[in-house]
Amino acid sequence: MDTRHATNAAPAPAPGLADPVFDAQRLFRAALEALSRPGTIQALPVDLTPPAPLTPWAAALALTLLDLETPVWLDPALEAQAVRDWLRFHAGCPLVATPDEAAFALVGDASALDDLSAFPIGAAEYPDQGATLIVQVAGLRADAGWTLSGPGIKGRTRLAVAGLPAAFPAIWAENAALHPQGVDIFLCAPHALAALPRSVTVRED
Amino acid sequence: MYVAVKGGEAAIDAAHAQLAARRRGDPDLAALTVAQIRDQMALAVARIMAEGSLYDPDLAALALKQAWGDVAEAIFLVRAYRTTLPRLAVTRPLDTAAMAVQRRVSATFKDLPGGQVLGPTFDYTHRLIDFALAAEHGEDASNPPPSAEEPLDAAMPRIADILDTDGLIEPETDADDPDPDAPVPDLTRAPLTFPAGRALRLQALARGDEGFLLSLAYSSQRGHGTTHPFAGEIRMGTVEVEIIPEDLGFPVTIGVVTVTECQMVNQFQGSRTAPPQFTRGYGLVFGFAERKAMAMALVDRALRAPDLGEAVVAPVQDEEFVLSHLDVVEASGFVQHLKLPHYVDFQAELDAVRRMRRAASGEGASS
Amino acid sequence: MSQPDAGVTFGYLDEQTKRMIRRALLKAVAIPGYQVPFAGREMPLPYGWGTGGIQVTASIIGPEDVLKVIDQGADDTTNAVSIRRFFRRVAGVRTTERTREATLIQTRHRIPETPLGPGQILVYQVPIPEPLRFMEPRETETRRMHALADYGVMHVKLYEDIAHYGRVATSYDYPVMVNGRHVMAPSPIPKFDNPKMHDAPFLQLFGAGREKRIYAVPPHTSVVSLDFEDHPFEVQGWDRVCDLCGADDSYLDEVVTDDIGGRLFVCSDSDYCAGRRADGHQGPAAASAAGEALADTMEQVAREHASEDPA
Repeated sequence: MDTRHATNAAPAPAPGLADPVFDAQRLFRAALEALSRPGTIQALPVDLTPPAPLTPWAAALALTLLDLETPVWLDPALEAQAVRDWLRFHAGCPLVATPDEAAFALVGDASALDDLSAFPIGAAEYPDQGATLIVQVAGLRADAGWTLSGPGIKGRTRLAVAGLPAAFPAIWAENAALHPQGVDIFLCAPHALAALPRSVTVRED
Repeated sequence: MYVAVKGGEAAIDAAHAQLAARRRGDPDLAALTVAQIRDQMALAVARIMAEGSLYDPDLAALALKQAWGDVAEAIFLVRAYRTTLPRLAVTRPLDTAAMAVQRRVSATFKDLPGGQVLGPTFDYTHRLIDFALAAEHGEDASNPPPSAEEPLDAAMPRIADILDTDGLIEPETDADDPDPDAPVPDLTRAPLTFPAGRALRLQALARGDEGFLLSLAYSSQRGHGTTHPFAGEIRMGTVEVEIIPEDLGFPVTIGVVTVTECQMVNQFQGSRTAPPQFTRGYGLVFGFAERKAMAMALVDRALRAPDLGEAVVAPVQDEEFVLSHLDVVEASGFVQHLKLPHYVDFQAELDAVRRMRRAASGEGASS
Repeated sequence: MSQPDAGVTFGYLDEQTKRMIRRALLKAVAIPGYQVPFAGREMPLPYGWGTGGIQVTASIIGPEDVLKVIDQGADDTTNAVSIRRFFRRVAGVRTTERTREATLIQTRHRIPETPLGPGQILVYQVPIPEPLRFMEPRETETRRMHALADYGVMHVKLYEDIAHYGRVATSYDYPVMVNGRHVMAPSPIPKFDNPKMHDAPFLQLFGAGREKRIYAVPPHTSVVSLDFEDHPFEVQGWDRVCDLCGADDSYLDEVVTDDIGGRLFVCSDSDYCAGRRADGHQGPAAASAAGEALADTMEQVAREHASEDPA
């Protein structure tokens, strides 16, 4: 790393993945598992200390999936210079000003996530262009909370998410109704990950 | 007895050993050097660079050597190697008007600024086998070094630019592209989707199979999607490749490439209100590759039919058809994959045919 | 784990390419049965020989994985051997022929007979990902049909079969409806294997390299073979057993043993067949000259594999 400017500029960004190849592979497999089996909870398989207010799993997922080909939107809660610098340095991703330009959104304040229609849902012919949301939440529990059903789930399963708005199941239902268009969400507690693909149904029970 | 295409690693290794021996040929003959291939088989090397989408004459020559002289196989080697290369920078557009020209001809004007320059062309050779070449051994005495040529005019404006100045040819715009403000797409980094737009089409054509493009171009000349072409200008020579490094902010030259450019002047268009103008077809190919550049320009123009309000009636005008089938690596792979085992599927078909035959002959229709 | 080639990135692909493919894989999982376009790279193996499956495998494989590669159900076919060897070379991973040991199975044209479990991922090599392609050659049109869930052309095609042949004539790559929304090509597996895709406990990923499409079926997803009420979907069946191992529940390949009508019918799944024989099962022709010769060839290839794989 170039440290020549260390004295007269911002300090060098905090470290990223210790092993960019194998850490990214392990993280991706955990993310793939989370999305393939909605409601299951994946532990964070690496050590990572991102700049606040980024939390470890969300930051690890960002480094796994983002690069110069993915426009990224940061919600106001994550609009910190240290976060921007860290993402730019380690992922090289372009940061965009509005959610409708984003392929990925990093959301620090899950409680404000009351309108998913601000994000791209993809074209009817190309629904894969719908955005992926990486949402930081306070905590995840697999044996309580909402009832999930759909692809990836044998029958039904449960997931409790601390931090999302109480009305989230209704908000999500609007997204699920767009299927195959829509957005997909990774729910990132600091050290636990779950995912909601657009194909999953979430009900209050 | 049963052998089929089962066979393990020993069989594969044995096949590779045979290939290596056959490729080398008679060990009493000197092996070709990469430099010999690069310089003396330069047109094959150019084609490998063009369709391999990688400008590296030594690598292309090596690929041709490794491929036992099979150009398609050499292209495949170069493409697979290209996959592993990092993307370091994006160059500025080549300025072919500033080309160090080695050949430049126009079929539309008898003379023009800079003149006609034949350069190294087969055009007016009589295709008689030169048995003197067969008698060459090592040192080559029959061909004296070329005498000092008259220096070419420094200013050699492009015909299309001259016509453009007079408003006689359509201006070069991004109008054919779905999103002119977007950065130039990269066929090798983003999936091809339709409609592709001209920038993506030209990329695909530039690395498309020469034989396929040649036949398509020919079909348009024979009436399947006519474009009334004139070879406005063909030029071949070297151009500088520039990038603008992030930390410098101004262009620097990183190298020089040989390219062939063809500007076709085609079927004019106009209306009661818009005065008629000629239309364009464009070809640009790595190396000395005149046949390919001309074919590319014809196909480019034909593919613009929908944008120019012409009916799409022939294969050469059909973007999906042309772009989906022009790649030699894709085509060669998929045609040849038929030799892989398909016995599971064939068994399924055998079973289906036997059942239907039983049912048809009334021997008790099964389930 | 053997040592991968020095100078080659783990899995051959550079990290940016892997990320691109991984992003496509996630979208594929999120929209079961929908074909995600991806910027497929040129691989050092030819198009049509598994470049899509190879790119998917290369993007997900890790040092902890145990890889199995099959072609026509068998580990000992040349292309399977070649792909397995490629991954040993560029990833140094452990490989196996045993279905149960594998965490990752790349396949061409079959789903193994041994049921797969939740800890396994099946990666299919796909030549033509678009199930509507032979009815409508234009991508722009088939995209529109998928967008509108307008599958009329497919039903017309199947119905014409019935009118013409008295049954649906498609015997492999038999179209399926995934999650009640997308008609999907299961790749050229025999329709015998279609039922194994439904409500499967394992993740199924599909890679089409030349056509540059990736799609997926998550675990426990509905996968229904298209049919009509009066002509329900049915699979192939044999009125015989495997000549080598006696299995009556596996897909059989027909092997021509001479030019006067001699035939053997043997499991296409070489691991399944070998496992049954190791357990003492014997088919009717196991002791014949042709049967012994065939079994010998299979064992020899398996020994070669075992000797190349030190793990």
